[in-house]
Amino acid sequence: MSAQPLLQIRNLSKAFGGLMAIQELDFHVNKDEIVSLIGPNGAGKTTFFNLVTGMIPPDAGQIVVDGHDIVGLRPNQILERGVARTFQNVRLFPNMTVLENVLIGQHTRTGTGPVGAILRTPAFRRQEEQAVEKAKETLAFFGSRLVGYRFDQPANVLSYANRRRLEIARAMASEPKLLLLDEPTAGMNPRETAELTELVAKLRDEQGFTICLIEHDMRVVGRVSDRVVVLDYGTKIAEGSYHEVANDERVVEAYLGTKAGKAAS
Amino acid sequence: MAARFHRPDPRRTVVLGIAGGLTAVFLSAIGMVEEFIKRSLVDPEVVLGYVTIALVPFVFAYVVARPPPVREGIAPVRPGPLTLAAGAVAGLLTASVVSLFVVITTEVNVRGVLQNVSPPLLETLTFHRGVGQGVVWLLVGGTLIGAGGAAVHLIPARYRRPVVLAVVWVLIFGLLQVLIAQIFRGLKVGDTVNPFLYKGSRGLTIHGAITVWIAAFLIALSLEGQREAMRRRLAEATPAVRRNYMLVGLAVALLILAVTPQILGNFLSEVLDLAGIFLLMALGLNIVVGYAGLLDLGYVAFFAVGAYTGAVLTSPSSPEWNPAFTFWAAIPFIMVAAALAGIIVGTPVLRMRGDYLAIVTLGFGEIARILFLSDALKPYFGGAQGIIRVPNISIGPVEFVTSQDFFYIIYALAIVLIYVSWALQHSRVGRAWMAMREDETVAEVMGVNIVAAKLQAFIIGAILASLGGALFAHKIGSIFPHSFNIVVSITVLMCVIVGGMGSIPGVILGAIVLVGAPELLREFSEFKFLLYGALLIFMMQMKPEGLIPSRQRAQELHQDEAAQDAWLRREALGDTEPEPAK
Amino acid sequence: MSDYGAALRRRGLELFSFTGGFLWAVRIAAVVVVIWGAVGSLTEGRLTFDQWKNLVVFGLAQGSVYALIALGYTMVYGVLRFINFAHGEVFMSGAMIGFFAARELNQHGLWSDRPVLGILIVLLVCMTTSTTVALIVERVAYRPLRQRPRLILLITAIGASFVLQYAFRGLFGAGVKSYPSIEALQGSWRILGFNVIKTQGVVILIAFGMMALLYTFVERTRTGRAMRAVAEDQETAELMGINVDRTIVTVFAVGGAMAGVAGLLWGLVFQQVFFFTGFLPGIKAFASAVLGGIGNIPGAMLGGLVLGQTESLGPSLVLSGLGVPSAHQLKDVIAFLVLVLVLVFRPTGLLGERVAEERA
Repeated sequence: MSAQPLLQIRNLSKAFGGLMAIQELDFHVNKDEIVSLIGPNGAGKTTFFNLVTGMIPPDAGQIVVDGHDIVGLRPNQILERGVARTFQNVRLFPNMTVLENVLIGQHTRTGTGPVGAILRTPAFRRQEEQAVEKAKETLAFFGSRLVGYRFDQPANVLSYANRRRLEIARAMASEPKLLLLDEPTAGMNPRETAELTELVAKLRDEQGFTICLIEHDMRVVGRVSDRVVVLDYGTKIAEGSYHEVANDERVVEAYLGTKAGKAAS
Repeated sequence: MAARFHRPDPRRTVVLGIAGGLTAVFLSAIGMVEEFIKRSLVDPEVVLGYVTIALVPFVFAYVVARPPPVREGIAPVRPGPLTLAAGAVAGLLTASVVSLFVVITTEVNVRGVLQNVSPPLLETLTFHRGVGQGVVWLLVGGTLIGAGGAAVHLIPARYRRPVVLAVVWVLIFGLLQVLIAQIFRGLKVGDTVNPFLYKGSRGLTIHGAITVWIAAFLIALSLEGQREAMRRRLAEATPAVRRNYMLVGLAVALLILAVTPQILGNFLSEVLDLAGIFLLMALGLNIVVGYAGLLDLGYVAFFAVGAYTGAVLTSPSSPEWNPAFTFWAAIPFIMVAAALAGIIVGTPVLRMRGDYLAIVTLGFGEIARILFLSDALKPYFGGAQGIIRVPNISIGPVEFVTSQDFFYIIYALAIVLIYVSWALQHSRVGRAWMAMREDETVAEVMGVNIVAAKLQAFIIGAILASLGGALFAHKIGSIFPHSFNIVVSITVLMCVIVGGMGSIPGVILGAIVLVGAPELLREFSEFKFLLYGALLIFMMQMKPEGLIPSRQRAQELHQDEAAQDAWLRREALGDTEPEPAK
Repeated sequence: MSDYGAALRRRGLELFSFTGGFLWAVRIAAVVVVIWGAVGSLTEGRLTFDQWKNLVVFGLAQGSVYALIALGYTMVYGVLRFINFAHGEVFMSGAMIGFFAARELNQHGLWSDRPVLGILIVLLVCMTTSTTVALIVERVAYRPLRQRPRLILLITAIGASFVLQYAFRGLFGAGVKSYPSIEALQGSWRILGFNVIKTQGVVILIAFGMMALLYTFVERTRTGRAMRAVAEDQETAELMGINVDRTIVTVFAVGGAMAGVAGLLWGLVFQQVFFFTGFLPGIKAFASAVLGGIGNIPGAMLGGLVLGQTESLGPSLVLSGLGVPSAHQLKDVIAFLVLVLVLVFRPTGLLGERVAEERA
């Protein structure tokens, strides 16, 4: 590891009341890496994403993206610095069209204000055309599922799997350096899961995103991850390749009690 | 499988029947029936007062007798003899409650408390036949009308809508006699058509009413089923074709607007001017509430800022400082003042949740009014005396004096603002607003600067309202603080909500109907706000997306999707934090 | 860069960012204005010490009326998380019907001859009316909308508020109604060096009695416990066998009853009632609820009392001192400013919210 990691977390802590959701976590993601974050329910994985994207402030610690501490920035500023995410329970803009959802992703990468919009200046038109063009390109990444007549459909008519895809497209459109995927395969059937697994790999190989994902499905984790980090009660209990982690005693211990619970969730 | 006959729920029949009675009594006791009795719709017998009170058992019986919606997997029921019986029972109950009220108030004088329960009202309710005979008439009439309301369900589905719509059109023709007669006169056919349709100022003639009914019925019947097809054709059209449709529509609209004041004459133009000023405000509020989802209840403050800034700058007799600008020279200053007001109101509420924001903006609206009224600022704004002698607007040598003249200025500005709304909606800014409205947290995570977006919405909304305010000042010629109370804010909000939040056609419809109609129907002005409030409650329960929703398709599919969403959320939820309720 | 440095930088950014700076300016300006005004008035000595004390008593009476109304806002917000905008009208309905009862009693001489009995009867009438109106509004307007977005509920509440105002206007006329005065309550008592006008004394007494009663009810009874449970977590409460629907109805009923009491007290202090009477006290009571911390019952009481004092003392103390002419006209502005300032700078209120929720 010669270069500086893309995401460097130092000593990060966050408590909700008396509950320590994240405890003195050290963590990093290198450029062009796919890192999986796993752990039993309540381990603090989503909280970690919320901290990195600035949705909640940490109690202590540093979050360094590309050499800059981003703690204290607003979520939109963090997105501008190149961190985009998806949500565990898909949060699209349901009454906006598919295309508009993706265009929102490009919000920080475009810049005309109200005056340009009212006067329909050439610069505004050009930018608008480019943005739409780029949004369509982004959607084309998912094959034929989100193109054509789909562009102008409101997001809430999409199937569940397509919503997940659209959410990824929205995040991609913001041209992030780091893509945080929160359980991208949750609620999908085996075929869709397999397809999405491939897609995650393609996101890195073809599109050049660095990826950190939370995942419960161990087959997905095993297939895509360069590195796996295991959280339990807000602390890192193991880290390494999938095989190293899968055979780690503490990990097995952390999971054993919760396996049944997980299956039901 | 043969369809079963519908058996209305007896308990519901009784409850709704009595509720209908209480409604009718309420309408009588607030003076509505007595006020409406003077207005004849169809000469000589059909007067608005009786129509209103007859509508109550009719509507309640209709609801009582409504068969359940057809669902997959459940054998459909069809209306039968019991439907009629239930309607009749509900009608009878309604009439019984009214009769009871009549009997009691004849015996006991309650006029000291309920000021409208007067002998004339009781005479009206007993059809001038004395209590004994009148009650019999009431009961028989109620039963028949109730049965009639239920009988609507017996009309074959294909004809049901046209039949009812045609009746509604007859009532509208009767109600809007002033408007319709004037339109015919303006079109130079008044001399022949009006005497046929109308009998003096006493409403439609009988043959006029029948003609209107038949015409409306035939038109409605031929249009039945066409609407869906037309919408589909429009949806499937290519952008170029759609653009052509829009251009043609625009040209027609402009043409109509150009001749409207000439056809309508001075009085009706006045009504449309008022509606137009509210339209300007509603367009602005639509940006704040409809696009950005910020419920602003103190919107009148911006209207007042525009009106006062305009008045101070243009009136030669404004108290402290009177540069006596022209309207056009004042506009930039008005816009700057409004933008400042937008920032002052917008900044403190940036981080507030929706309902707090509503109350705080309401507070700002009141603060503005109290300040303009106060002696403290009297040297600048004239206190309770307001500012008078606001000059007319002129372009070069042409001075705009009459309401017909003003019509052009107001609606020209309206067209500009409609364009501005549309342009903003279809831009990066508009998308940011909508994203923020749908899910503020996610919008911020996806890069929308919430602070900037909210301030932009407030500032632009404020500027739009201030332009309306300035025109208002010039139109009336003088302004007083009492013109800027909460009722204005609520009226504008009504226009936006009833029309359809975020929908420009909806807002136009809302402003014209909600502001224009009560001006035309003087009888209603007394009950305007009561009806507004009831309409708000009704809309929120039945059609919260408004009359012309901004995204038809989204709404159509909304309910199933919401159910699916809820299910999926339960399915997918696994991790620590509960998602914040939205 | 150290943690500490980063934190400092952040603080700095906050301070110099647009909104941060604006809000700090407002904060500082508010303090300066209050101090300057107060010093001005006190040094000028426009009012005597006794007059100041009278203002305090009046503020207490007025504040206890606000506090009673505020209870309804805060309790409904606690269980349903929305602002029952029509609550001001619930209060007005009690005051209005109470007027008719008082007038009737007055005609029979009961109002002045046996004031205690008279007030008790009218109190019952007011409470019954307001409770009934609150329950009707809940049943007709709000109940069909449970689980709908809060904005829809709020808009409905605005609609209900208008319907009630103009229904009362239509039914009972637009004129201002004047409560008959009670002879036994003319004059004043001397208590602890304060000159207490008798009506105001009675009002304060009744209000505090009612609030004590309510507090006991909420804290000590089974129903009260159910109310607190539903406010805490509706779903869990339901799973624990609490009838949520009935509890919500109880909340509206109790809030309505308190508003009814406030209606009578309003009639006693200000004597005048008309259909628009509910609007301003309603908003001010809401401001009180927010001031105390919405969802928090003692908070609503405290908030009402504080707002009453602010309104009573503020114009004379601060505004006159600044040289503002006819400062009393700006009384209502003070209430609204308090609301805005609390929401901006301490949105959890004086005693803290009991409503655990993300502030979106």
